[in-house]
Amino acid sequence: MLPTTRKALPLLAVALLITGLSACGDSGTDNTSSKSATGAATDTAAAGDTDTDTDTDTGTDNTDTDTQAATGDDACAAYAQYGDLSGTKVTVYATFIDQEGSEYEASWAQFANCTGAEIAYEGSREFEAQLPVRVEAGAAPDIAILPQPGLLRTMVATGQVKPAPAAVEANVDQYWSASWKDYGTVDGTFYAAPLGASAKSFVWYSPAMFADAGYSIPTTWDELVALTEQIAADGVAKPWCVGIESGTATGWPATDWVEDMVLRFAGGANYDKWVAHEIPFNDPSIVTSLEEMGALIHNEDYVNAGIGNVQSIAAEPWTDAGYPIVDGTCYLHRAASFYQTNWTTLDPELTVGEDGDVWAFPLPGLTADSKPTIGGGDFVAAFSDRPEVQAFQAFLASPEWANAKATATPQGWVTANSGLDASLLQSPMDQLAFSVLADPGVEFRFDGSDLMPSEVGAGSFWTEMTNYFAQDKSPQEVLDAIEASWPK
Amino acid sequence: MDLLLHPESPGDKLLLMVIAIALFVVVTGAILALLSLPRRLPRWLAALGFLGPAVLAVCFGLVYPALVTINNSLKDRSGSRYIGLGNYVQAFTEGQFLVVLRNSVLWVVLVPVAATALGLLYAALVDRTRYEKLAKTLMFLPMAISMVGASIIWKFVYDNKVGLLSQAYVGVAKLFGQEVTAPQWLMNAPANTLFLIVVMVWIQAGFAMTVLSAAIKAIPDDITEAAMLDGLTAWQLFRTITVPMIRPSIVVVLTTVAMTSLKAFDVVRTMTGGNYDTSVIANEFYTQSFTNQNKGMGAALAVLLFVIVIPVIAYNVRQLKRSEDVR
Amino acid sequence: MTSPTTAARPTSAAPAKAPKPTRLTRAERRAVTAKNRLTSRTASGLALVIALLWTVPTFGLAVTSFRGSRRQITTTGWWKALWPSNWGDFSLTNYQTALGSQNKLGTYFVNSFVVTLPSVLIPITLALLAAYAFAWIDFRGRNILFIAVFSLQVVPIQVTMIPLLTQYVNWGLNGTYWVLWLSHAMFGLPLAIFLLHNFMREIPRELVEAARVDGAGHVQVFLRVILPLMTPAIASFAIFQFLWVWNDLLVALAFAGNTPEVAPLTARLSDMVGSRGSAWHLLSAGAFISMVVPLAVFLALQRFFVRGLLAGSVKG
Repeated sequence: MLPTTRKALPLLAVALLITGLSACGDSGTDNTSSKSATGAATDTAAAGDTDTDTDTDTGTDNTDTDTQAATGDDACAAYAQYGDLSGTKVTVYATFIDQEGSEYEASWAQFANCTGAEIAYEGSREFEAQLPVRVEAGAAPDIAILPQPGLLRTMVATGQVKPAPAAVEANVDQYWSASWKDYGTVDGTFYAAPLGASAKSFVWYSPAMFADAGYSIPTTWDELVALTEQIAADGVAKPWCVGIESGTATGWPATDWVEDMVLRFAGGANYDKWVAHEIPFNDPSIVTSLEEMGALIHNEDYVNAGIGNVQSIAAEPWTDAGYPIVDGTCYLHRAASFYQTNWTTLDPELTVGEDGDVWAFPLPGLTADSKPTIGGGDFVAAFSDRPEVQAFQAFLASPEWANAKATATPQGWVTANSGLDASLLQSPMDQLAFSVLADPGVEFRFDGSDLMPSEVGAGSFWTEMTNYFAQDKSPQEVLDAIEASWPK
Repeated sequence: MDLLLHPESPGDKLLLMVIAIALFVVVTGAILALLSLPRRLPRWLAALGFLGPAVLAVCFGLVYPALVTINNSLKDRSGSRYIGLGNYVQAFTEGQFLVVLRNSVLWVVLVPVAATALGLLYAALVDRTRYEKLAKTLMFLPMAISMVGASIIWKFVYDNKVGLLSQAYVGVAKLFGQEVTAPQWLMNAPANTLFLIVVMVWIQAGFAMTVLSAAIKAIPDDITEAAMLDGLTAWQLFRTITVPMIRPSIVVVLTTVAMTSLKAFDVVRTMTGGNYDTSVIANEFYTQSFTNQNKGMGAALAVLLFVIVIPVIAYNVRQLKRSEDVR
Repeated sequence: MTSPTTAARPTSAAPAKAPKPTRLTRAERRAVTAKNRLTSRTASGLALVIALLWTVPTFGLAVTSFRGSRRQITTTGWWKALWPSNWGDFSLTNYQTALGSQNKLGTYFVNSFVVTLPSVLIPITLALLAAYAFAWIDFRGRNILFIAVFSLQVVPIQVTMIPLLTQYVNWGLNGTYWVLWLSHAMFGLPLAIFLLHNFMREIPRELVEAARVDGAGHVQVFLRVILPLMTPAIASFAIFQFLWVWNDLLVALAFAGNTPEVAPLTARLSDMVGSRGSAWHLLSAGAFISMVVPLAVFLALQRFFVRGLLAGSVKG
């Protein structure tokens, strides 16, 4: 096999070359990171810490945990309840990767320091496809953070998810509302404590553009429609910009739109029945809701500012769709609270805030005092009931963890854990989202597509909404097709 | 044990790799040594020695999972109850399925033919030229780029705003005095399937070119030289010498590309997500197995892949028979 | 081998019968060269067109990877960056971010390398042995077995995940390099055997028979006669097996997981787009970084695409 050894030589050469290259990269970014670290210190808002300059954040996270560990007993007092877990290991599997993944790791670093347990975290974009494979093959992680309740149901059906231990249930009873506990409950057994949450019913706008044009924030649906008409009549730019392209998940942003409309025009009670399929997907009240939505964004007069026609909604990446607001070619963009990180990914110079470049107002209800909102969240499921796993579960359901997570996250994370100290949230948008989630006057509903069977919630609902824009299908046709796909 | 199972440092990892290779070389060497011991090796023993390791590996890695899949295809979505041919019936009666089937057939016919033809033509054209290495590298590039890279590349071709094709279209229209906006190439069926097929051809032609180039080089020089002395033109040489001489390799390439394009779903998945009537069986298989967690249906669709490929296999059997007859 | 022999016979027989080339009149010879020059010019033109068509999209990605902001990339065509007035926009930001210390590309590079080398060597060796048996050992059921083996190419890797992972877990080997090597080797075999068998069959029977008459056993024939002649075929398959393993994400994630301990470069690169997929502009740089190695391998192995290994071995 002489040829093989000769073949290996060039490979080795290349190997050396690349390692050398990445070493150069290291030193290069070290310089920049020290620069932006000082920037971030003065400007705690969001501007400096974007998705892109990852170095800064983890850099500071590490030093944070180091200093905390050094303070010793005091800092560990809160963790005494979990006991000494030295020599144990808890594996955690979730969707969070890159920057977001390191924020999570930082949030439980202190737990690991004080209890001695090793938390082995693995994040993957293929999480939703891989988790069932691992579970079935007998390689389940100790803890999985499920991005939606539908997956929890699938996992519980495998019989391998352990019911939540008492300490977790106590925390959830104390700090979460009953409906949040319900989302983590399957067939009467409580399995999974909620972790993070998001509020989705926001409209992004540019405070400066609104001030220039003399527009005010609408507080009722009629005002929103009137504002839309006004903007179109003034003719500076079109009112709405929308984009629902999201790779293999294309269409999901449109389902959030629909859910918002159903919650408003069909009402909360019907929303629940619709999600549970107690009324058909194409119930007349849903058709009306979709038509109301079409009046705004399936309307060449009102969309798709700076991007194209109605069809372009299907092709425009959701990550970019709000950007015309910055260009001044669009006034309104409906998106979730977590859209804030997209602004700074697109342009690190942008500021998000009431007096910044972009800001958001809650999507109005039919009346000024109704505050309907939809939102999502993730849930902690355990596939093991070893003491260290249960201790870690309890920690994740505690206000201490929520506070640690808020401290570790520059922007783009909130929770419905009422024990969270809101002042620790670093970005104004996260604070706004938290105030919505914590407001008892808000009519909150969980993102319906996350509760429906995946054939619909991650299938026909997405594709048919895409067809609604791309192929100009009528609301009735769209809803009929989704109804037909509901698994019997 | 830790070094063998969970090496931490780069040095340990490389060491483990060397150990593994050494182990493999020793085992293979031992098999060969044993086989060369007896003076007259019985034929079955020789076959067993040469084939055994590969057949064993393939049985464990592919045959066994394939059998599991066939079994699963007869079960319901959770894999707990047999439902006979229910999944197949459902697959065939679902409204969209005929479109998916049509697309898959288009893929499995057009991709191999186009990729092989272009790869062959190109390999022959650049053969023996001064720029051969560079030229071949250019066509090989798409293969080397990862699937994610490829999908971004083609976004910059088909995109409505920043796509090269869209801009070229608008530009050409302008030459004729027309003001147009570019269409959404990937949204309008059935042409969009062809646009996706172009991407796959772009990727696979490099494979065809490389293999066929190796085959062309195996044509004995005396044959080509003699033909050239006969005054054959380049085209005649290509048609009457090159193609017939490497015909078996062409069949191999056609077959391989056909099978690859049949089970490929990344192009469809990353570029249209299977929307706008562009889905193929492999994509449906992925959706059913992983998004919908419908194991039975996913397995049934995977089995359909075997079924579609039967004509390709039959063609190979005929080729094999033909060449056996000659030898 | 119908085709080669039938095609070869008239042409290779021709020079014997035909008058020596020098006998062509000068005019005739000039005509022939002129015609050839013309065809070679069209040939070069055609090759150039194909090469351009194949390269332009990749070139676009290359330009994109040097463009500064995500915003520019998604609003203006990449060719606009080529206008001299826009040259100031070029930057290395994407590469700096991709190669940044936080990404620990060095670690992942070592992982990729450690995964790939055995995953190429093992299937090639096993496939060479198997292809030899299919081509040169006469045993019952040979054709059926061969067809069965190459048909397995159509099995999607996804269907193997649960059955194989279950076994790996039983053996306590999931999450280690061993299962990656084994899996890649198994998945590469059907195509390897198919390709190598095709080239092995082309080797003239006389060569093998001559060696056997000299008393060589199968092992000697395989090592001394067949292997040296297989260099181009081995090189071409090695290129592709290398490529597939190097660019693989699925097998690595399924059997080893996305941890710095084993995960390859591709896993790291695909994570760079962030949980919500918004930072995909970094991928353009990432794609090029990960492409360097397969390209180097391609260039290095092209050396073995040598001509004329069989020269003089074919009967006229």
